[in-house]
Amino acid sequence: MADGEEREGSELTREQKKEIAKWFLTNAPVGEIQYVAKDVRSVLMDDSAYEAAAGAAFPIYNKTHLVSIEMQDRSGDVIISKYGEVGDDSYLDPRTAQVAIVDHVEQMCTKVRPAADEELPSSYIEEFRSILDAELCKYVGETYPKGTCAVYCTSGKDAEGPGMDFEFTVVISAARRSPQNFWCVYQQRVVSSFYIWILLAGYYLIFNIKFSNGSWRSIWIVEFKDDLQVVEIKGNIQIDAHYFEEGNVQLDTNNECRDSTIFQSPEDSAIAIANIIRHHETEYMTSLEASYLNLPDTTFKDLRRKLPVTRTLFPWHNTLQFSLTREISKELGIGK
Amino acid sequence: AETALSALLSLLPHHADDLLSQVDQPLQVLHDAECGKDFILCEYNRDADSYRSPWSNKYYPPLEDGPLPSDELRTLEVEANDIFSVYCEQYYEGGVSSVYIWEDDSESIIVCFLIKKDGSKTAHGRRGYLQQGAWDAIHVIEVKPEEDGIACYCLTSTVMLSMTTESKSSGSFNLSGSIRRQVLLQLIHLFYIFYTI
Repeated sequence: MADGEEREGSELTREQKKEIAKWFLTNAPVGEIQYVAKDVRSVLMDDSAYEAAAGAAFPIYNKTHLVSIEMQDRSGDVIISKYGEVGDDSYLDPRTAQVAIVDHVEQMCTKVRPAADEELPSSYIEEFRSILDAELCKYVGETYPKGTCAVYCTSGKDAEGPGMDFEFTVVISAARRSPQNFWCVYQQRVVSSFYIWILLAGYYLIFNIKFSNGSWRSIWIVEFKDDLQVVEIKGNIQIDAHYFEEGNVQLDTNNECRDSTIFQSPEDSAIAIANIIRHHETEYMTSLEASYLNLPDTTFKDLRRKLPVTRTLFPWHNTLQFSLTREISKELGIGK
Repeated sequence: AETALSALLSLLPHHADDLLSQVDQPLQVLHDAECGKDFILCEYNRDADSYRSPWSNKYYPPLEDGPLPSDELRTLEVEANDIFSVYCEQYYEGGVSSVYIWEDDSESIIVCFLIKKDGSKTAHGRRGYLQQGAWDAIHVIEVKPEEDGIACYCLTSTVMLSMTTESKSSGSFNLSGSIRRQVLLQLIHLFYIFYTI
Protein backbone atom coordinates (compact mmCIF):
# COMPACT_ATOMS: atom_id res chain seq x y z
CA MET A 1 0.00 0.00 0.00
CA ALA A 2 1.43 3.35 -0.98
CA ASP A 3 0.92 4.84 2.46
CA GLY A 4 2.85 2.08 4.17
CA GLU A 5 5.80 2.46 1.85
CA GLU A 6 6.07 6.19 2.46
CA ARG A 7 6.16 5.68 6.19
CA GLU A 8 8.74 2.90 6.01
CA GLY A 9 11.06 5.17 4.02
CA SER A 10 11.17 8.16 6.41
CA GLU A 11 13.24 6.98 9.36
CA LEU A 12 13.57 9.57 12.10
CA THR A 13 16.96 11.00 13.00
CA ARG A 14 18.21 10.73 16.56
CA GLU A 15 17.70 14.47 16.95
CA GLN A 16 14.06 14.25 15.82
CA LYS A 17 13.39 11.36 18.19
CA LYS A 18 14.95 13.34 21.02
CA GLU A 19 12.74 16.34 20.27
CA ILE A 20 9.60 14.22 20.21
CA ALA A 21 10.53 12.52 23.49
CA LYS A 22 11.30 15.88 25.04
CA TRP A 23 7.90 17.21 23.96
CA PHE A 24 6.04 14.28 25.54
CA LEU A 25 8.02 14.57 28.75
CA THR A 26 7.66 18.31 29.26
CA ASN A 27 3.94 18.12 28.50
CA ALA A 28 3.26 15.24 30.85
CA PRO A 29 0.30 15.86 33.15
CA VAL A 30 1.10 16.86 36.71
CA GLY A 31 2.69 14.10 38.75
CA GLU A 32 2.73 11.64 35.88
CA ILE A 33 6.09 12.24 34.29
CA GLN A 34 7.53 8.94 35.52
CA TYR A 35 4.69 6.99 33.86
CA VAL A 36 5.10 8.98 30.66
CA ALA A 37 8.87 8.47 30.82
CA LYS A 38 8.50 4.70 30.99
CA ASP A 39 6.20 4.65 27.96
CA VAL A 40 8.25 7.13 25.95
CA ARG A 41 11.37 5.09 26.55
CA SER A 42 9.80 1.93 25.18
CA VAL A 43 8.16 3.67 22.20
CA LEU A 44 11.37 5.49 21.28
CA MET A 45 13.45 2.29 21.18
CA ASP A 46 16.63 4.38 21.33
CA ASP A 47 18.17 4.75 24.75
CA SER A 48 20.69 7.45 23.95
CA ALA A 49 18.03 9.68 22.33
CA TYR A 50 15.78 9.03 25.34
CA GLU A 51 18.51 9.92 27.80
CA ALA A 52 19.32 13.15 25.98
CA ALA A 53 15.62 14.05 25.93
CA ALA A 54 15.14 13.19 29.60
CA GLY A 55 18.19 15.22 30.55
CA ALA A 56 16.70 18.26 28.84
CA ALA A 57 13.04 17.72 29.71
CA PHE A 58 13.08 16.76 33.38
CA PRO A 59 14.66 19.97 34.70
CA ILE A 60 12.09 22.03 32.74
CA TYR A 61 9.23 19.89 34.03
CA ASN A 62 10.47 19.94 37.63
CA LYS A 63 10.91 23.70 37.65
CA THR A 64 7.58 24.42 35.95
CA HIS A 65 5.66 22.18 38.31
CA LEU A 66 7.54 23.32 41.44
CA VAL A 67 8.29 19.71 42.31
CA SER A 68 9.38 19.27 45.91
CA ILE A 69 12.01 16.74 46.82
CA GLU A 70 12.91 15.43 50.24
CA MET A 71 16.40 16.38 51.28
CA GLN A 72 18.78 13.61 52.09
CA ASP A 73 19.28 14.49 55.72
CA ARG A 74 15.51 14.54 56.26
CA SER A 75 15.56 18.17 57.31
CA GLY A 76 12.64 18.90 55.03
CA ASP A 77 11.72 19.35 51.40
CA VAL A 78 13.37 21.57 48.86
CA ILE A 79 11.24 23.08 46.09
CA ILE A 80 12.73 22.97 42.61
CA SER A 81 12.19 26.36 41.05
CA LYS A 82 14.07 28.96 39.10
CA TYR A 83 13.96 31.24 42.15
CA GLY A 84 16.04 28.91 44.25
CA GLU A 85 18.40 27.73 41.53
CA VAL A 86 21.97 28.49 42.55
CA GLY A 87 23.75 26.34 40.01
CA ASP A 88 23.20 23.39 37.69
CA ASP A 89 21.07 20.94 39.62
CA SER A 90 21.60 22.88 42.86
CA TYR A 91 18.67 24.39 44.68
CA LEU A 92 18.63 26.53 47.80
CA ASP A 93 16.29 25.77 50.67
CA PRO A 94 16.15 29.12 52.49
CA ARG A 95 14.49 27.68 55.57
CA THR A 96 17.36 25.40 56.51
CA ALA A 97 20.02 27.48 54.72
CA GLN A 98 21.13 24.45 52.75
CA VAL A 99 21.70 23.74 49.09
CA ALA A 100 20.44 20.43 47.72
CA ILE A 101 22.03 18.79 44.70
CA VAL A 102 19.36 16.85 42.84
CA ASP A 103 19.08 14.28 40.10
CA HIS A 104 16.30 15.67 37.94
CA VAL A 105 15.50 12.47 36.10
CA GLU A 106 15.20 10.40 39.25
CA GLN A 107 13.53 13.34 41.01
CA MET A 108 15.69 12.68 44.07
CA CYS A 109 18.16 14.58 46.17
CA THR A 110 21.68 13.20 45.97
CA LYS A 111 23.58 15.52 48.31
CA VAL A 112 23.04 18.35 50.71
CA ARG A 113 25.52 21.05 51.68
CA PRO A 114 25.27 24.14 53.84
CA ALA A 115 24.61 27.29 51.82
CA ALA A 116 27.55 29.65 51.31
CA ASP A 117 27.32 33.19 52.72
CA GLU A 118 26.97 34.71 49.21
CA GLU A 119 23.93 32.53 48.61
CA LEU A 120 22.11 33.77 51.71
CA PRO A 121 20.54 37.15 52.42
CA SER A 122 21.87 39.58 55.04
CA SER A 123 20.59 39.27 58.61
CA TYR A 124 18.36 42.35 58.16
CA ILE A 125 16.65 40.72 55.18
CA GLU A 126 16.68 37.30 56.80
CA GLU A 127 14.62 38.64 59.70
CA PHE A 128 11.82 39.68 57.36
CA ARG A 129 12.16 36.48 55.35
CA SER A 130 12.11 34.00 58.18
CA ILE A 131 9.16 35.55 59.96
CA LEU A 132 7.17 35.63 56.72
CA ASP A 133 8.20 32.03 56.11
CA ALA A 134 6.94 30.99 59.55
CA GLU A 135 3.57 32.70 58.99
CA LEU A 136 3.21 31.05 55.61
CA CYS A 137 4.11 27.63 56.97
CA LYS A 138 1.24 28.00 59.40
CA TYR A 139 -1.14 28.96 56.60
CA VAL A 140 0.01 26.20 54.27
CA GLY A 141 -0.10 23.62 57.02
CA GLU A 142 -3.73 24.51 57.81
CA THR A 143 -4.95 24.81 54.24
CA TYR A 144 -3.11 22.24 52.15
CA PRO A 145 -2.96 18.56 53.11
CA LYS A 146 0.33 18.11 51.30
CA GLY A 147 1.64 21.55 50.60
CA THR A 148 5.10 23.03 50.72
CA CYS A 149 6.18 26.63 50.62
CA ALA A 150 9.34 28.65 50.44
CA VAL A 151 10.26 32.31 50.55
CA TYR A 152 13.21 33.37 48.42
CA CYS A 153 14.84 36.76 48.42
CA THR A 154 15.02 37.50 44.72
CA SER A 155 16.32 41.04 44.89
CA GLY A 156 18.22 43.24 47.34
CA LYS A 157 19.40 40.39 49.54
CA ASP A 158 22.47 42.25 50.67
CA ALA A 159 20.61 45.24 52.15
CA GLU A 160 22.10 45.90 55.58
CA GLY A 161 19.33 48.08 56.95
CA PRO A 162 16.36 50.33 56.17
CA GLY A 163 16.65 52.57 53.12
CA MET A 164 16.82 49.88 50.47
CA ASP A 165 14.15 48.14 48.42
CA PHE A 166 14.06 44.39 48.33
CA GLU A 167 11.85 41.69 46.91
CA PHE A 168 10.73 38.24 48.01
CA THR A 169 9.18 35.50 45.94
CA VAL A 170 6.80 33.25 47.80
CA VAL A 171 6.25 29.85 46.26
CA ILE A 172 3.44 27.54 47.37
CA SER A 173 3.16 24.13 45.80
CA ALA A 174 0.73 21.36 46.63
CA ALA A 175 0.09 18.16 44.75
CA ARG A 176 -2.01 15.09 45.13
CA ARG A 177 -1.44 11.81 43.36
CA SER A 178 -4.04 9.08 43.40
CA PRO A 179 -3.60 6.66 40.51
CA GLN A 180 -6.11 4.34 42.15
CA ASN A 181 -9.11 6.57 41.91
CA PHE A 182 -11.83 5.56 44.34
CA TRP A 183 -13.97 7.48 41.88
CA CYS A 184 -14.23 4.33 39.73
CA VAL A 185 -16.56 2.65 42.23
CA TYR A 186 -18.82 5.67 42.35
CA GLN A 187 -18.77 5.88 38.61
CA GLN A 188 -20.35 2.45 38.05
CA ARG A 189 -23.62 3.84 39.21
CA VAL A 190 -23.53 7.03 37.23
CA VAL A 191 -26.05 7.53 34.44
CA SER A 192 -24.70 6.91 31.00
CA SER A 193 -25.55 10.43 29.97
CA PHE A 194 -22.33 12.09 28.88
CA TYR A 195 -23.41 15.50 29.87
CA ILE A 196 -23.74 14.54 33.52
CA TRP A 197 -20.62 12.46 33.29
CA ILE A 198 -18.34 15.20 32.12
CA LEU A 199 -19.83 17.59 34.62
CA LEU A 200 -19.22 15.12 37.42
CA ALA A 201 -15.66 14.49 36.32
CA GLY A 202 -15.04 18.21 36.30
CA TYR A 203 -16.99 18.66 39.53
CA TYR A 204 -14.76 16.10 41.19
CA LEU A 205 -11.72 17.85 39.87
CA ILE A 206 -12.76 21.31 41.02
CA PHE A 207 -14.22 20.58 44.40
CA ASN A 208 -11.40 18.30 45.34
CA ILE A 209 -8.70 20.31 43.72
CA LYS A 210 -6.48 20.07 46.73
CA PHE A 211 -7.25 16.40 47.23
CA SER A 212 -7.22 14.77 43.77
CA ASN A 213 -4.64 13.97 41.15
CA GLY A 214 -3.68 17.51 40.53
CA SER A 215 -1.56 20.40 41.61
CA TRP A 216 -1.81 23.87 43.00
CA ARG A 217 1.00 26.31 42.29
CA SER A 218 1.00 29.86 43.49
CA ILE A 219 3.79 32.33 43.11
CA TRP A 220 3.64 35.65 44.91
CA ILE A 221 6.09 38.46 44.22
CA VAL A 222 6.36 40.66 47.29
CA GLU A 223 8.10 43.98 46.69
CA PHE A 224 9.15 46.01 49.70
CA LYS A 225 9.39 49.65 48.55
CA ASP A 226 11.29 51.57 51.15
CA ASP A 227 10.78 55.09 49.72
CA LEU A 228 6.99 54.71 49.50
CA GLN A 229 6.87 52.59 52.68
CA VAL A 230 4.60 50.22 50.83
CA VAL A 231 4.63 46.49 50.08
CA GLU A 232 3.28 45.54 46.66
CA ILE A 233 2.08 42.01 46.16
CA LYS A 234 1.43 40.31 42.82
CA GLY A 235 0.19 36.74 42.69
CA ASN A 236 -0.21 34.05 40.06
CA ILE A 237 -2.17 30.91 40.86
CA GLN A 238 -2.24 27.85 38.64
CA ILE A 239 -4.34 24.76 39.16
CA ASP A 240 -3.96 21.60 37.09
CA ALA A 241 -5.82 18.36 37.40
CA HIS A 242 -5.98 15.18 35.45
CA TYR A 243 -8.67 12.53 35.46
CA PHE A 244 -8.02 9.41 33.46
CA GLU A 245 -10.49 6.67 34.32
CA GLU A 246 -11.86 5.33 31.02
CA GLY A 247 -11.29 8.73 29.59
CA ASN A 248 -8.88 11.58 29.71
CA VAL A 249 -9.95 14.94 31.08
CA GLN A 250 -7.56 17.70 32.04
CA LEU A 251 -8.20 20.95 33.77
CA ASP A 252 -5.89 23.89 33.79
CA THR A 253 -6.63 27.27 35.22
CA ASN A 254 -4.64 30.40 35.78
CA ASN A 255 -5.34 33.57 37.74
CA GLU A 256 -3.49 36.78 38.51
CA CYS A 257 -4.09 39.19 41.35
CA ARG A 258 -2.53 42.19 43.02
CA ASP A 259 -2.69 43.87 46.37
CA SER A 260 -0.62 46.03 48.67
CA THR A 261 -0.05 46.84 52.30
CA ILE A 262 2.12 49.20 54.37
CA PHE A 263 5.77 48.55 55.10
CA GLN A 264 5.87 47.64 58.77
CA SER A 265 8.07 45.75 61.18
CA PRO A 266 9.02 42.22 60.15
CA GLU A 267 6.32 40.63 62.35
CA ASP A 268 3.51 42.94 61.31
CA SER A 269 4.47 42.84 57.63
CA ALA A 270 4.57 39.05 57.71
CA ILE A 271 1.10 38.79 59.21
CA ALA A 272 -0.32 41.31 56.74
CA ILE A 273 1.27 39.60 53.73
CA ALA A 274 0.20 36.13 54.81
CA ASN A 275 -3.34 37.40 55.32
CA ILE A 276 -3.41 38.92 51.86
CA ILE A 277 -2.21 35.67 50.33
CA ARG A 278 -4.75 33.68 52.31
CA HIS A 279 -7.53 36.05 51.30
CA HIS A 280 -6.78 35.97 47.57
CA GLU A 281 -6.26 32.24 47.37
CA THR A 282 -9.47 31.53 49.23
CA GLU A 283 -11.33 34.03 47.10
CA TYR A 284 -10.04 32.37 43.94
CA MET A 285 -11.12 28.92 45.11
CA THR A 286 -14.56 30.27 45.98
CA SER A 287 -15.00 31.99 42.64
CA LEU A 288 -13.91 28.82 40.83
CA GLU A 289 -16.41 26.77 42.80
CA ALA A 290 -19.13 29.30 42.13
CA SER A 291 -18.45 29.51 38.42
CA TYR A 292 -18.32 25.73 38.30
CA LEU A 293 -21.75 25.51 39.89
CA ASN A 294 -22.99 27.92 37.26
CA LEU A 295 -21.36 25.96 34.50
CA PRO A 296 -24.43 23.95 33.47
CA ASP A 297 -26.59 27.01 33.20
CA THR A 298 -24.18 29.38 31.57
CA THR A 299 -20.94 28.40 29.88
CA PHE A 300 -21.86 24.79 29.29
CA LYS A 301 -25.06 25.80 27.57
CA ASP A 302 -22.96 27.28 24.79
CA LEU A 303 -21.87 23.74 24.07
CA ARG A 304 -24.95 21.74 24.85
CA ARG A 305 -28.22 22.55 26.56
CA LYS A 306 -29.36 20.38 29.45
CA LEU A 307 -32.80 20.13 27.90
CA PRO A 308 -34.47 21.48 24.79
CA VAL A 309 -36.36 24.75 25.05
CA THR A 310 -39.53 22.79 25.83
CA ARG A 311 -37.88 21.60 29.07
CA THR A 312 -38.80 18.00 28.37
CA LEU A 313 -36.58 15.22 27.17
CA PHE A 314 -36.26 14.93 23.44
CA PRO A 315 -39.16 12.88 22.13
CA TRP A 316 -37.46 10.49 19.77
CA HIS A 317 -40.71 8.86 18.71
CA ASN A 318 -42.37 12.04 17.77
CA THR A 319 -40.21 14.78 16.42
CA LEU A 320 -43.11 16.38 14.55
CA GLN A 321 -43.54 19.11 17.13
CA PHE A 322 -40.12 20.47 16.19
CA SER A 323 -40.20 19.83 12.55
CA LEU A 324 -43.44 21.56 11.67
CA THR A 325 -41.74 23.86 9.23
CA ARG A 326 -40.09 20.85 7.68
CA GLU A 327 -43.45 19.07 7.36
CA ILE A 328 -45.16 22.10 5.94
CA SER A 329 -42.43 22.58 3.35
CA LYS A 330 -42.75 18.96 2.39
CA GLU A 331 -46.55 19.25 2.06
CA LEU A 332 -46.34 22.33 -0.04
CA GLY A 333 -43.53 20.90 -2.11
CA ILE A 334 -41.20 23.78 -1.25
CA GLY A 335 -37.42 23.35 -1.13
CA LYS A 336 -35.67 20.31 -2.57
CA ALA B 1 -3.77 16.33 20.59
CA GLU B 2 -2.82 16.52 16.92
CA THR B 3 0.83 17.10 17.83
CA ALA B 4 0.88 14.08 20.11
CA LEU B 5 -0.74 11.83 17.50
CA SER B 6 1.52 12.89 14.64
CA ALA B 7 4.55 12.48 16.92
CA LEU B 8 3.47 8.93 17.77
CA LEU B 9 2.74 8.17 14.14
CA SER B 10 6.25 9.17 13.12
CA LEU B 11 7.78 7.10 15.93
CA LEU B 12 5.66 4.04 15.28
CA PRO B 13 4.74 3.93 11.57
CA HIS B 14 3.89 0.24 11.78
CA HIS B 15 1.13 0.96 14.26
CA ALA B 16 -0.40 3.75 12.18
CA ASP B 17 -3.67 1.91 11.47
CA ASP B 18 -4.23 1.03 15.13
CA LEU B 19 -3.37 4.50 16.30
CA LEU B 20 -5.62 6.22 13.79
CA SER B 21 -8.58 4.02 14.61
CA GLN B 22 -8.16 4.06 18.40
CA VAL B 23 -7.16 7.63 19.07
CA ASP B 24 -9.93 10.18 18.87
CA GLN B 25 -9.27 13.36 16.97
CA PRO B 26 -11.56 16.37 16.75
CA LEU B 27 -14.08 16.00 13.93
CA GLN B 28 -13.63 17.70 10.57
CA VAL B 29 -16.39 19.16 8.49
CA LEU B 30 -16.91 19.70 4.73
CA HIS B 31 -19.53 21.72 2.93
CA ASP B 32 -22.09 20.07 0.68
CA ALA B 33 -22.59 22.75 -1.96
CA GLU B 34 -25.56 21.01 -3.57
CA CYS B 35 -27.65 20.97 -0.40
CA GLY B 36 -26.05 24.00 1.20
CA LYS B 37 -25.24 22.18 4.45
CA ASP B 38 -22.13 21.03 6.28
CA PHE B 39 -21.44 17.40 7.01
CA ILE B 40 -19.02 15.63 9.31
CA LEU B 41 -16.16 13.45 8.12
CA CYS B 42 -15.42 10.02 9.54
CA GLU B 43 -14.24 6.58 8.46
CA TYR B 44 -17.76 5.45 7.66
CA ASN B 45 -18.37 7.96 4.90
CA ARG B 46 -14.87 7.95 3.50
CA ASP B 47 -13.55 6.35 0.36
CA ALA B 48 -9.95 7.11 -0.58
CA ASP B 49 -9.72 10.86 0.04
CA SER B 50 -13.36 11.68 -0.64
CA TYR B 51 -16.23 11.85 1.78
CA ARG B 52 -19.91 11.14 1.14
CA SER B 53 -22.43 13.74 2.20
CA PRO B 54 -25.49 12.36 4.00
CA TRP B 55 -27.59 15.16 2.51
CA SER B 56 -26.96 14.70 -1.21
CA ASN B 57 -25.49 11.18 -1.01
CA LYS B 58 -22.59 12.41 -3.19
CA TYR B 59 -18.85 12.35 -2.64
CA TYR B 60 -16.78 15.49 -2.07
CA PRO B 61 -14.40 15.84 -3.85
CA PRO B 62 -16.35 13.97 -6.54
CA LEU B 63 -15.56 10.30 -6.90
CA GLU B 64 -16.56 7.89 -9.64
CA ASP B 65 -17.92 4.60 -8.32
CA GLY B 66 -17.72 5.62 -4.69
CA PRO B 67 -19.60 3.01 -2.63
CA LEU B 68 -23.16 4.04 -1.74
CA PRO B 69 -25.55 2.46 0.77
CA SER B 70 -28.35 0.24 -0.59
CA ASP B 71 -31.73 1.87 -1.26
CA GLU B 72 -33.24 0.50 1.98
CA LEU B 73 -30.33 1.67 4.07
CA ARG B 74 -30.33 5.03 2.32
CA THR B 75 -34.01 5.58 3.20
CA LEU B 76 -33.22 4.75 6.81
CA GLU B 77 -30.19 7.05 6.65
CA VAL B 78 -32.21 10.00 5.33
CA GLU B 79 -34.80 9.57 8.08
CA ALA B 80 -32.09 9.21 10.73
CA ASN B 81 -30.37 12.37 9.54
CA ASP B 82 -33.65 14.29 9.66
CA ILE B 83 -34.47 13.22 13.19
CA PHE B 84 -30.93 13.62 14.44
CA SER B 85 -30.68 17.12 13.00
CA VAL B 86 -33.75 18.10 15.00
CA TYR B 87 -32.16 16.60 18.12
CA CYS B 88 -28.99 18.49 17.32
CA GLU B 89 -30.84 21.78 16.87
CA GLN B 90 -32.73 21.32 20.14
CA TYR B 91 -29.73 20.52 22.31
CA TYR B 92 -26.86 22.18 20.51
CA GLU B 93 -28.55 25.19 18.97
CA GLY B 94 -26.41 25.33 15.91
CA GLY B 95 -24.05 22.40 15.73
CA VAL B 96 -23.49 20.14 12.73
CA SER B 97 -24.90 16.62 12.77
CA SER B 98 -24.51 13.65 10.44
CA VAL B 99 -25.64 10.04 10.45
CA TYR B 100 -24.10 7.36 8.28
CA ILE B 101 -25.33 3.82 7.78
CA TRP B 102 -22.83 1.33 6.51
CA GLU B 103 -23.05 -2.32 5.70
CA ASP B 104 -20.16 -4.33 7.00
CA ASP B 105 -18.64 -7.35 5.22
CA SER B 106 -20.19 -9.67 7.79
CA GLU B 107 -23.90 -9.28 8.30
CA SER B 108 -23.54 -6.29 10.63
CA ILE B 109 -24.87 -2.86 9.94
CA ILE B 110 -23.02 0.08 11.38
CA VAL B 111 -24.83 3.30 12.18
CA CYS B 112 -22.71 6.27 13.10
CA PHE B 113 -24.17 9.42 14.70
CA LEU B 114 -21.89 12.43 14.81
CA ILE B 115 -22.21 15.87 16.27
CA LYS B 116 -19.82 18.75 16.16
CA LYS B 117 -20.44 21.95 18.05
CA ASP B 118 -18.28 25.04 18.16
CA GLY B 119 -19.06 26.60 21.50
CA SER B 120 -17.40 29.91 20.96
CA LYS B 121 -20.42 31.27 19.11
CA THR B 122 -24.03 30.90 20.14
CA ALA B 123 -26.72 29.97 17.65
CA HIS B 124 -27.06 33.56 16.58
CA GLY B 125 -23.37 34.02 16.00
CA ARG B 126 -22.92 36.13 19.15
CA ARG B 127 -19.91 35.57 21.34
CA GLY B 128 -20.94 33.50 24.34
CA TYR B 129 -19.17 32.81 27.64
CA LEU B 130 -16.59 30.60 26.04
CA GLN B 131 -13.41 31.92 24.51
CA GLN B 132 -13.03 28.58 22.88
CA GLY B 133 -15.28 25.58 23.08
CA ALA B 134 -15.76 22.36 21.18
CA TRP B 135 -17.98 19.36 21.69
CA ASP B 136 -17.41 16.42 19.36
CA ALA B 137 -19.58 13.37 19.81
CA ILE B 138 -19.22 10.10 17.98
CA HIS B 139 -21.76 7.35 18.59
CA VAL B 140 -21.24 4.12 16.69
CA ILE B 141 -23.82 1.37 16.84
CA GLU B 142 -22.92 -2.02 15.49
CA VAL B 143 -26.04 -4.06 14.76
CA LYS B 144 -25.37 -7.79 14.61
CA PRO B 145 -28.36 -9.95 13.73
CA GLU B 146 -28.96 -12.96 15.96
CA GLU B 147 -31.71 -15.56 15.73
CA ASP B 148 -35.47 -14.93 15.94
CA GLY B 149 -35.45 -11.42 14.54
CA ILE B 150 -33.45 -10.12 17.47
CA ALA B 151 -30.26 -8.17 16.95
CA CYS B 152 -27.45 -7.29 19.27
CA TYR B 153 -26.77 -3.57 19.39
CA CYS B 154 -23.40 -2.44 20.60
CA LEU B 155 -23.15 1.30 21.18
CA THR B 156 -19.76 2.91 21.63
CA SER B 157 -19.94 6.56 22.45
CA THR B 158 -17.05 8.97 22.57
CA VAL B 159 -17.34 12.58 23.55
CA MET B 160 -14.47 15.01 23.18
CA LEU B 161 -14.83 18.24 25.02
CA SER B 162 -12.76 21.33 25.26
CA MET B 163 -13.66 24.65 26.79
CA THR B 164 -11.79 27.77 27.76
CA THR B 165 -13.21 30.71 29.60
CA GLU B 166 -11.50 33.89 30.59
CA SER B 167 -12.68 36.47 33.03
CA LYS B 168 -11.27 39.26 35.13
CA SER B 169 -12.37 37.68 38.39
CA SER B 170 -11.40 34.08 37.84
CA GLY B 171 -8.60 34.26 35.30
CA SER B 172 -8.46 31.59 32.64
CA PHE B 173 -10.05 28.20 32.95
CA ASN B 174 -9.55 25.35 30.53
CA LEU B 175 -11.22 21.97 30.79
CA SER B 176 -10.73 19.43 28.04
CA GLY B 177 -10.64 15.74 27.44
CA SER B 178 -12.52 12.78 26.11
CA ILE B 179 -14.54 9.96 27.52
CA ARG B 180 -15.65 6.72 25.93
CA ARG B 181 -18.43 4.36 27.00
CA GLN B 182 -20.00 1.20 25.67
CA VAL B 183 -23.45 -0.28 26.03
CA LEU B 184 -24.78 -3.59 24.72
CA LEU B 185 -28.45 -4.28 24.17
CA GLN B 186 -30.59 -6.91 22.55
CA LEU B 187 -33.59 -5.38 20.90
CA ILE B 188 -35.89 -5.55 17.96
CA HIS B 189 -36.68 -2.04 16.98
CA LEU B 190 -33.68 -0.14 15.58
CA PHE B 191 -34.81 3.31 16.67
CA TYR B 192 -35.21 2.33 20.33
CA ILE B 193 -31.46 2.71 20.73
CA PHE B 194 -31.71 6.51 20.51
CA TYR B 195 -32.79 6.72 24.17
CA THR B 196 -29.35 5.71 25.39
CA ILE B 197 -27.55 8.56 23.69
